[in-house]
Amino acid sequence: MTRRILAGAALFAAVAVAFGFLLLPIVAIFARVSPGTLVSQLSQPVVTDALVLSLKTSAIAQALVLLFGTPAAYVLATRSFRGRSLAIVLVELPLVLPPAVAGIGLLAAFGRLGLLGSTLDAFGVQLGLTQAAVVIAVAYVSSPLYIRQAIAAFEEVDPNLVAASRTLGAGRARTFFRVVLPLARRGLAAGEALAFARGLGEFGATIMFAGSVQGVTQTLPLAIYAEFALNFTTALAMSALLVVVSGALLVALRLTLQWQPSRPTSRFLFAPSR
Amino acid sequence: MATLQADFTLPLRAFALELELEVSRTVALVGPSGAGKTSVLRVVAGLMAPRRGRVSLDGERWLDTECGVSLPPERRSVGLVFQDYALFPHLSVRGNIAFGAGGRPVDALLERFRFGHLASAHPQELSGGERQRVALARALARDPAVLLLDEPLAALDAHTKAEVRHELAELLRELALPVLLVTHDYEDAAALADEVGVLVEGGLRQLGTPAELVARPQDAFVASFTGANLLRGHARRGAGALTAIRLETGEDLYSADEAEGDVGVVVYPWEVSVARTHAADADSALNVVRGHVGSLVEVANRVRVRVGPLTAEVTAASAERLELEAGGIAYATFKATGTRLVPL
Repeated sequence: MTRRILAGAALFAAVAVAFGFLLLPIVAIFARVSPGTLVSQLSQPVVTDALVLSLKTSAIAQALVLLFGTPAAYVLATRSFRGRSLAIVLVELPLVLPPAVAGIGLLAAFGRLGLLGSTLDAFGVQLGLTQAAVVIAVAYVSSPLYIRQAIAAFEEVDPNLVAASRTLGAGRARTFFRVVLPLARRGLAAGEALAFARGLGEFGATIMFAGSVQGVTQTLPLAIYAEFALNFTTALAMSALLVVVSGALLVALRLTLQWQPSRPTSRFLFAPSR
Repeated sequence: MATLQADFTLPLRAFALELELEVSRTVALVGPSGAGKTSVLRVVAGLMAPRRGRVSLDGERWLDTECGVSLPPERRSVGLVFQDYALFPHLSVRGNIAFGAGGRPVDALLERFRFGHLASAHPQELSGGERQRVALARALARDPAVLLLDEPLAALDAHTKAEVRHELAELLRELALPVLLVTHDYEDAAALADEVGVLVEGGLRQLGTPAELVARPQDAFVASFTGANLLRGHARRGAGALTAIRLETGEDLYSADEAEGDVGVVVYPWEVSVARTHAADADSALNVVRGHVGSLVEVANRVRVRVGPLTAEVTAASAERLELEAGGIAYATFKATGTRLVPL
């Protein structure tokens, strides 16, 4: 009897420690300063500059990830060719790279003295300390998350549905947009939400490859790092902002994965799943 | 009426599918699973590329490996009904049918297939029979020159199947299109098709009308696949016009067919009568097999009786009159003229 109570208590303690450990830092961000102060801090130029820059570079980077990642994922998911598994591993590699390594890699590839540096120079392109560099860093670290999820989403589309579409007179492109994309959309949205969240929090590769210049390359995470030595309250306010944005993304992701397309004939909002 | 011609070789995992076929009415390919039936449809539809071959419709070349011609599926005028129907789950019934119609109005089709109230339903909400109708209507929405059906009745339960089979047979007659269908069920094939081809391990064993297949099965497989009893025995020239066959069980049978050596004895269940007693002086034109009554299965108003190694089909009334019961002794009799011999 006592052993069972003890075991129960130990289990409860473990859960409490885990939750406390995970939640305490987040609670602390909001508990240190009053909400009013936090909101007032958000109007500082260093914050607004970083927010605008983060949103802008994220939007461009994610547009590029979708534009190039979607066809790449579709090919990897549906074609069988020699070295397909290797290709998938290579696509996922940046996912496990330490951000500092990603930053060095980007410098070695696109920096002034990098592999493509002189080529880019010849075209008059200089990436160092520009928004373009931020976009590249964000796209580099976030695209594997999207591509990985997109491959899984495309693999789940029944090949017979694709075949059916073709025999019904739809060419490859029409089949992709009318059948494959609608059926894979939830997986794609989930992957994109993950990639967006990862890109928004990008720090290491960006600071090494693009630097941290306010209004030019200083995204929210970089601004938090810059401010925490100067004005801790401002750093807290920006952190709170990112917590809210990330939390919203997580909720959106959950809803996307659970969402069932509404049917005109389904009468109950929470009908039991079949 | 248009004519579809196909002649190709397609290597599959265990064997090569080799087929030469001309379809102008309804042709059914039957065979056990894994015989390559679905692959035939996929080659015709352009979803699979054979190593060698030609597919054409009234001289319009869809595939000719020698000239490097291979039209993509969307440019071949086919309607393919998939075995699992492959309905688009994200589209309504109307959306599914409109997908094939390419902008033409689909109201007439919705009405013809009785989808009035179901037009806005999604495939997940339909019964098996309804899904089958959607798949058919969708395939026809494109106004295809050839209709291909993959196991059109396999996904249905027994109750729905009889009704759908009847409807489908009627529809195929009305359409007057070349139809190529594949099924593992000989009865479905015979009910739906003008010609039936038996496909085994990638090769066409025999092609003919259902009546021809039953009257002259080419080999033991075709015979048993079309529902015949198959007994093994050794044939030798007997007295008169009949061939005598000594069965493995020791009994003697007679057939009007000529053969020598090891043969398969083929007799269809509806040609076998069953009796409780047998007069020993019967002539040799009548074959007799004595055996224990095995299973008794009622099918509609007939009863399938197992007597020894044979299955007989008798009317329910005579089954009752004979008071047949499992385990009892009975005599199965059938005429020598109704006894066919096939090579083993």
